[in-house]
Amino acid sequence: MSQYVRFTVDGTECMGIRGQYLVDAARENGVYIPTLCNFPGVKPKGGCRICTVRVNGKLMTACTTPVAENMSVENEVKDINELRKSIIELLFIEGNHFCPACEKSGNCELQALAYRFRIMVPRFPYQFPVRKVDATHPRIIKEQNRCILCKRCIRAITDENGRSIFAYRRRSARVEVVVDPKLGKQLTEELAQKAMDVCPVGSIIVKEKGFQIPIGARKYDTMPIGSDIENMQVKKI
Amino acid sequence: MGQKITIEPVTRVEGHGKVTIHLDNEGKIEQTRLHIVEFRGFERFVQGRPYWEMPVLVQRLCGICPVSHHLAAAKAMDVIVGAGTGEGLTPTGEKMRRLMHYGQIFQSHSLHFFHLASPDLLFGIDSDPLKRNIIGVALEHRDLAVQGVMMRKYGQEVIQATAGKKIHGTGAIPGGINKHLSEEERDFLLHGDDYMNIDKMISWSQDALEFFKEYHKKNKGIIDSFVEFPSSHLSLVRKDGALDLYHGVLRAVDTDGKKILHDIDYQDYDRYINEEVKSWSYMKFPYLKEIGKKNGWYTVGPLARMNTAEFIDTPLAQKEFELFKQYNGGKPSNKSMHMHWARLIEILHSAEKIKQLLNDPDLMEGELVIKGTKCLEGVGLIEAPRGTLFHHYKIGENDMITMANLIVSTTNNNQPMNEAVNQVAVKVMTGKKEITEGMMNAVEVAIRAYDPCLSCATHALGQMPLEFEVYDADNQLIERKFKH
Repeated sequence: MSQYVRFTVDGTECMGIRGQYLVDAARENGVYIPTLCNFPGVKPKGGCRICTVRVNGKLMTACTTPVAENMSVENEVKDINELRKSIIELLFIEGNHFCPACEKSGNCELQALAYRFRIMVPRFPYQFPVRKVDATHPRIIKEQNRCILCKRCIRAITDENGRSIFAYRRRSARVEVVVDPKLGKQLTEELAQKAMDVCPVGSIIVKEKGFQIPIGARKYDTMPIGSDIENMQVKKI
Repeated sequence: MGQKITIEPVTRVEGHGKVTIHLDNEGKIEQTRLHIVEFRGFERFVQGRPYWEMPVLVQRLCGICPVSHHLAAAKAMDVIVGAGTGEGLTPTGEKMRRLMHYGQIFQSHSLHFFHLASPDLLFGIDSDPLKRNIIGVALEHRDLAVQGVMMRKYGQEVIQATAGKKIHGTGAIPGGINKHLSEEERDFLLHGDDYMNIDKMISWSQDALEFFKEYHKKNKGIIDSFVEFPSSHLSLVRKDGALDLYHGVLRAVDTDGKKILHDIDYQDYDRYINEEVKSWSYMKFPYLKEIGKKNGWYTVGPLARMNTAEFIDTPLAQKEFELFKQYNGGKPSNKSMHMHWARLIEILHSAEKIKQLLNDPDLMEGELVIKGTKCLEGVGLIEAPRGTLFHHYKIGENDMITMANLIVSTTNNNQPMNEAVNQVAVKVMTGKKEITEGMMNAVEVAIRAYDPCLSCATHALGQMPLEFEVYDADNQLIERKFKH
């Protein structure tokens, strides 16, 4: 059996490696499937559902679905984009996302997706939840107003023994991501910066370093999210 | 039967305000007040936010001069991160911030003179309000309108080059700045095509001053005696007494020019200045503690700066400063309409400063940020376009803001504006049976001279509806008129 498989995304023929997740295989073929909770090098979770695509007629998350021979994938279609847009809008209204004074503005994936999906204002009413900023850790602040519970920090930031330094606390609507009180001391300067970079929004902020990247040099100032994939030269196998 | 006249909102100023004028049975003015009817609450809701967010967060107070808040907060944060009290930054850090600030002064003053004030001067205080606006200026004095628009644009370009955005940028950070000036940005500002270069801006600044001086010769009644009352004046000055809009020591002079605040370190401002709260306005009334609530009020802004400074360190502005001083007999000017004159001198000074800085290699290379031993409290002062701006913060051990006190320029001018309003109202309304639009505009002209930023928000020019209410002695509404 060949290690390569052929599949199509919106009718375009693509090739991937057997067992590769669809979102990664699509990326290598110059096709952008929007993601938010997914992060390269971290085991996928399929939590946010932004990467939802229609595979052979069925809605599936592209970050957790392995690519298979003759898969027919619908990605840039109206109804799916509408679903994705709704999820982004819900994330905005569910928290307190005040972009103008946020350190992550310009580097924020949620903000960048909102621009991509041309969200001027959410269609749903803001919930204005009462949440706190946890500034007790000496290296970072955990801005709960902006946390979207994607678990990227929990999955990616671990100590030498592979234990997660960040953890969920409470349950249901009250759930929040916090620094594990027992492992908090293991959050080195390097890991703190990694945690801030892994966070897709501005919920993990390294203390005392704000706004060092000037406007114009931030990740999405000149390059809309996904455009790096869509504009890349695809090497045909 | 006594009357209460309300002018609401006051137009061609930044924000919402209203004026009430109480007349007695003989039609004499009993009391005049400028009410600030907006509440923002920034001092409260910045509490609990990280200190390094302040320069970016508090600038949202204003869309006209956000750079002033941005820099005042950054100066306070410099103190907190141990980078000194205004003089400890790296050459690049300080000069980039200064360039940003002079760009801000240049654009804000241009906006005020050309867009907001010039219609009154060009068409007359009681002229047809349909013509008395920036559109009217554009139709009848095209060159002047173009200059106003382009000068404002140039100032905004300077801000973009230093802060990253024309409005609400992020350039100043605690301990310095986050970018250098690129060669491309420098060349654009120095030698831009068409009108967009610094030499043209200096030349236009001189033209605007000549225009004003010609107008002054022909209209001494409006400029010299329309509003005049004794006042103290307060501003930052450089340690050697020079005009300095970015940093210095705090000085106040009385109506005759005698020093009443002796070049103090502004970190100690609260030992010398207090604020009084009055029930009828959301804006507080600052005063010098030593003199007391009644007489301790003072004026800030361009006119105050001309009155406190001993000289200007750029040659063209210095010549104009000398003419200004000579005209006023070497004494402080207490004529409110001289504020326009002072503002134009500062436009020229800022343009000269921008040129100096653009030719300085420190802007293009060198360390951006410096930090020292952290402390938990910092004060940042700056001479904003409208006057001295105070930012005072305290932080907790976990780096979050625990206290913020902002005394904005317009707050400092609260009492002087009330004095000006009262004087004009007495002059134009006493004994008149009918209050005309021209009379109401005269009151607004007096307020406008101070270029107040009542909410720090922008409104449509000359198109604000004006509500006019007449109350009898029992505070019953007996007449209401609307002007659109």
